[in-house]
Amino acid sequence: MANDGTILTAADLAGNGAYGNDPDVHGKFGIFGGRYVPEALIPALDEVAAVYEKAKNDAEFLREFDHLLRTYAGRPTTLTEVPRFAEHAGGARIILKREDLTHTGAHKINNVLGQALLTKRLGKKRVIAETGAGQHGVATATAAALLGLECVIYMGQVDCERQALNVARMKLLGATVVPVTNGSQTLKDAINEAFRDWVTNVDTTHYLFGTIAGPHPFPEIVRDFARIIGVEARRQMLELTGRLPDAIAACVGGGSNAIGIFHAFIGDESVQLHGYEAAGHGLESGEHALTLTAGSVGVLHGSRTYVLQDEEGQTIESHSISAGLDYPGVGPEHAWLKDSGRAVYHGVTDDAAMAAFSLLARTEGIIPAIESSHALAGALELGRELGPEATILVNLSGRGDKDMGTAMKYFNL
Amino acid sequence: MTTLQTVFATAKAENRAALVGYLPAGFPSKEGAVTAAAALVEAGCDVIEIGLPYSDPLMDGPTIQDAVHRSLVNGTRIADVLRTVEGVAATGAATLVMTYWNPIDRYGAERFARDLAGAGGVGTITPDLTPEESEPWRAASAAAGIDTVFLVAPSSTEARIKAVVDCCTGFVYAASLMGVTGARETVNVAAEDLVKRTRAHTALPVCVGLGVGTGKQAAEVAGYADGVIVGSAFIRRMLDAPDEAAGRESIGVLAREMAAGVRSRA
Ligand SMILES: Cc1ncc(COP(=O)(O)O)c(C=O)c1O
Repeated sequence: MANDGTILTAADLAGNGAYGNDPDVHGKFGIFGGRYVPEALIPALDEVAAVYEKAKNDAEFLREFDHLLRTYAGRPTTLTEVPRFAEHAGGARIILKREDLTHTGAHKINNVLGQALLTKRLGKKRVIAETGAGQHGVATATAAALLGLECVIYMGQVDCERQALNVARMKLLGATVVPVTNGSQTLKDAINEAFRDWVTNVDTTHYLFGTIAGPHPFPEIVRDFARIIGVEARRQMLELTGRLPDAIAACVGGGSNAIGIFHAFIGDESVQLHGYEAAGHGLESGEHALTLTAGSVGVLHGSRTYVLQDEEGQTIESHSISAGLDYPGVGPEHAWLKDSGRAVYHGVTDDAAMAAFSLLARTEGIIPAIESSHALAGALELGRELGPEATILVNLSGRGDKDMGTAMKYFNL
Repeated sequence: MTTLQTVFATAKAENRAALVGYLPAGFPSKEGAVTAAAALVEAGCDVIEIGLPYSDPLMDGPTIQDAVHRSLVNGTRIADVLRTVEGVAATGAATLVMTYWNPIDRYGAERFARDLAGAGGVGTITPDLTPEESEPWRAASAAAGIDTVFLVAPSSTEARIKAVVDCCTGFVYAASLMGVTGARETVNVAAEDLVKRTRAHTALPVCVGLGVGTGKQAAEVAGYADGVIVGSAFIRRMLDAPDEAAGRESIGVLAREMAAGVRSRA
């Protein structure tokens, strides 16, 4: 916390090179990232980058963002220790960072509020976004309502069905939800469709990208706006436990909640960073979203990164019970963290995630998002591995209200 | 093998624009793509772009998305694309491949350039490969002796136009509008201005694509550009035709109309 009582300082948005892993001028994290997009979009990306560069060093912007984070999103979010849950992890200490308690119910709101403020600075009146679980769509619709922006959300038809509650929320908030019926009808195709809209309407429209994937500068901007999660958690861990955690666990779809909690700890070499991707029905089944674990380097959605693709570069459709992790790409910074060895990535099956989902509900009275349940399942494994002396910080990226339909089916409720 | 240089020199000598037709490989079938392209050549297309079908065509509108999807469902592979190029090049048309970057990246830049040249292809158009990321592909293409065509857009600044044309050989592709592929009622007025701005930075031919669908539009574009690129309008007709033969006939009629258009510069 800064001395004036705000929660955010200019240094809290990274971009100051403090962690040695800011992308270069072309948005490259090592060999990853960059821009692979139609030339028509380059000026818009340049404009977003320039406006962000100015905003992040502008006290007025930081004040506005800070104000929204505190008075609207409900930051700082608390830490919650979960001892009854941790009994199932060999007795290691498990502490949750409660992004589920933010307004709209997931970490997505942090990035959205930051980019919504950028949209105003860009002088644009319309925002579009892709959404998988619907959390990014809901957060975007929310910010659009708050700031008086027109809002269109692209969502795969399959996801519209499994996250029907969030579709209704977005509509209630005044957004137009466009179901995408081509390809796998999930997040990947929603992103394609959002790009098509953007290239057509770029004069009036900001593409409020929801994760740390996509062309430069999105991976950097979305990370910086999500960074507050780790900045707070680091301070709170020191207050609560007197030391840094031994390991951090976060789920990885595109990678925004994971980078959000990892980033402030990257310089702390004693802290292990573990990302959990959706293993769906298991690696062997071929039905999974193990982009970092089992994918290969390629280009998807404007960025060089790990991709699920066949030997000719065609994207392979992903599978996960959680819409938010059902994506065959991943943010380039995670690709870079993986190859550098600083972070490790694992898979968690649908079944293991659902077991952790119900375990947290029954032992602690917290119903997590199915996405976040992948991190919880990972923490159970980590705990058993690291032993009872270990302290594990888990990013509880969202709450499970949106997942009741899936849970009712899965558990026969 | 007809080179792009020959095509544009001939067109210039005849005081007309070149006509460029686009069709994805494997659509309506692997063989059907070759015969359809041959029909375009016979009707007067000087250059054929063979699309390499990709799972995530984020620059394409519904018509090309539909055709590409069918092609992938038909099981089209890169080997089929190269065979298609071979078949089309045999008609005497200068034949290019238009593709998103990832399939080449995965196949291997040098290998793709070599295999494309081996099939008689004269170059590629890569709409999502920016100048910043293009160096490996330009090097591989130069080594294989094929051209590299990149796109400028109405939103391009002077600096971007310069950066893009400096990477181009063969010709420069000017996207007429801000948007995805697909025929439009009118060709955007921004196209003429973009061609003018592009010429200030290069002596290469400048071809206009996106949204051209009629002979009249072709004539209009031929009034200021070196080439007129037509894709979705042909594909739409093939999608709407009851069978491949009817589709071929229908695109032949349209291509003849376009060929007349590029010869009657409006
Ligand atoms: C609660 C929650 N967690 C995680 C994710 C995955 O996204 P990311 O990997 O960008 O954090 C989502 C995406 O919708 C989500 O809603």
